[in-house]
Amino acid sequence: MVWMVLSDMAGSRVGFPYTSLPRIEDSQLRANLRSATTAIREKRGRVVAEKDDWEELRLKGEQIRAEVLNNLDSYLVKLEASVENVGGVVHWAGDAGEANEIVLSLVRQHGESEVVKVKSLTTDEMGLNEYLSQGGVMAYETDLAELIVQLAHDKPSHILVPAIHMNRSEIRDLFQGTISKGTALSDDPTVLAEASRLYLRQKFLSAKIAISGVNFAVAETGTICVVESEGNGRMCLTLPKVLISVMGIEKIIPTLDDLAVFLELLPRSSTGERMNPYTSLWSGVHKGDGPEEFHLVIMDNRRSAVLADPVGRQTLQCIRCSACLNVCPVYERSGGHAYDSVYPGPIGAILSPQLFGTESSKSLPWASTLCGACYEVCPVRINIPQVLVHLREKVLTEGHRSSSERFQFAILSAVLSSGSRFDLALRTISRLRFLINRFLAFGSLPGVAGKWTVARELPEIPKESFRVWWRRSRGQ
Amino acid sequence: MKVAIFPSCIVDTVFPEAGAAAIRLLERLGLDIDFPLEQTCCGQMHLNTGYETRAKKLAARHLTNFTPYDWVVGISTSCTTAVREFYPQLLGPTRAAVGGTGKFIELSEFLLDVLGVTELQGTFAKKVTFHTSCHSLRGIHLGDRPQRLLGMLSGIQLVPLPKSDSCCGFGGTFSIKNSAISTVMMEEKLANVYWTGAEVLTAADSSCLMNLSGGIQAAKKPLTVMHYAEILEIATRQTQGKLSNFSGAK
Repeated sequence: MVWMVLSDMAGSRVGFPYTSLPRIEDSQLRANLRSATTAIREKRGRVVAEKDDWEELRLKGEQIRAEVLNNLDSYLVKLEASVENVGGVVHWAGDAGEANEIVLSLVRQHGESEVVKVKSLTTDEMGLNEYLSQGGVMAYETDLAELIVQLAHDKPSHILVPAIHMNRSEIRDLFQGTISKGTALSDDPTVLAEASRLYLRQKFLSAKIAISGVNFAVAETGTICVVESEGNGRMCLTLPKVLISVMGIEKIIPTLDDLAVFLELLPRSSTGERMNPYTSLWSGVHKGDGPEEFHLVIMDNRRSAVLADPVGRQTLQCIRCSACLNVCPVYERSGGHAYDSVYPGPIGAILSPQLFGTESSKSLPWASTLCGACYEVCPVRINIPQVLVHLREKVLTEGHRSSSERFQFAILSAVLSSGSRFDLALRTISRLRFLINRFLAFGSLPGVAGKWTVARELPEIPKESFRVWWRRSRGQ
Repeated sequence: MKVAIFPSCIVDTVFPEAGAAAIRLLERLGLDIDFPLEQTCCGQMHLNTGYETRAKKLAARHLTNFTPYDWVVGISTSCTTAVREFYPQLLGPTRAAVGGTGKFIELSEFLLDVLGVTELQGTFAKKVTFHTSCHSLRGIHLGDRPQRLLGMLSGIQLVPLPKSDSCCGFGGTFSIKNSAISTVMMEEKLANVYWTGAEVLTAADSSCLMNLSGGIQAAKKPLTVMHYAEILEIATRQTQGKLSNFSGAK
């Protein structure tokens, strides 16, 4: 370890270590986050402990999702046929740009300039709201937290609780300056929820087009499932004449029976509830009941590249529950914005580098101590630490690694490749220990390693290593 | 029963007293312990930093070094986790199993599950708190085995550490690459340690202890940090006669 600490291994100066800094220093944000994640974490723990067959459910969930991914080509074709069979229209999008264009042209075909939206990470990934806005279409978010984030011109910082970084007095101030102008509000959550209801109700009643994401798409029946907690989704999915749902190619499950597994796993993992409050299921269109037109946009956006990686593939099993965020000690301190992606937290740390591959996302595989808490709670058993380590390797082979670090590990490997070489190295370190210990005690280490020693003393090099002691005391 | 010790490269380099304590303790229990000098590092450091090819080579040679032994007793939970949990992913399950990853065992598992120790004659009259490493908790699922062993000593006062399932913030290169978050995690962990009023902080992993003792020293707190094997060894040093209900190697 000492030799690793001794030098600067920071690599490039962009990415997570730097984007997380202002958040770590923001004590209000850290307090907001700690209380919110602790509350959800404890709630989840209680409802999961009630289920004797939780581990079997996790295995089942993993098995269903993995099987779908292994046979995704045939499931996609099957889903398309099923959706069209019940009167839906399927659109294929290779990337976010194509998906955005499909949605905008559908809105334009109907001559509309406003749409209501159900909270959807996939449309956030696409940057749909911005794209529609540039095309003259205003998209109104109807999930309370998404509305807050939209009104604040902010970005979501959590998969499930997008405004987790804000507290209620901050939200009161925001509402008084926007949707409740001229009205005095208290910071009582019921008062704030009522203010949003008054505003949103008009939007639900006037909008002709709704846009949603997809939690699960059932290949066999063409049934789409959206789960939400506020009923805003139900409004969007039933009132407007036209419904456009956007999904990544991986969101398929084979049958309605399989849905039962996920409706157990998802609410307990995400909100810590036994049952999800509003679960909407629809299959195509029905005369006189709900939307008259249903469009399903199926988007790849580099998911097929993720699928091609045998280790990385499991990332696509994700059902976006966010349990991994709520248990992650790094997320708890950094907040979601530090991940600079619509997918924050441990799942974001493996999904973003694979989907986006941007310069800043390349630092994300290191945004983890590999403590394993995320893997332990994942309802579909994604081995997040394994994928993190795999991506560290991938970034390395792609050449994004400082040459000094590669040099150190090459030297280290040479030293560790035989017992006698290691022995010699340890004897040398012991011989130079007065020099090294003085240097360490001085705390004047170069570069980022210096930061380690601001808060910590480095251990002193002992007079003799373990193996030298062994040989001396055991006469070998 | 041929038993080897696997103290880990970090113990070998920086904390030799932890390795020596484990050897003395096991010898006092009547076992003959070997330290194959060809062992260097299990490769976890390389694997976790993303040097998979180098890690594979180290893993293969690590297993070969322990071919002649029935048990390989580790005193670093993350290194034993690396062998038992990560080698099957790294080398493939068959190669790992044939290589003998199953005989890698942590000291407390060895004492309690293999030897069947149920009592230890020894005294350690101090207030002690135990830090659960992430790999002992979620890697090799050690449970409360080290605490059970410590609890067998007379005079010891074991005080539970609040939020014991949260990481100390070390994470190897994480503590360097993301030093700011790592430091916050460490400081919050240490705040809990100080809150217990313990005189001694212990754990089953020298890397967590290196991180935490570094923080304790920088904060100039009067707290002793040592591996739990050292506590067991110190406590049983003066014991006359039978040390345990376990009578020796089978």
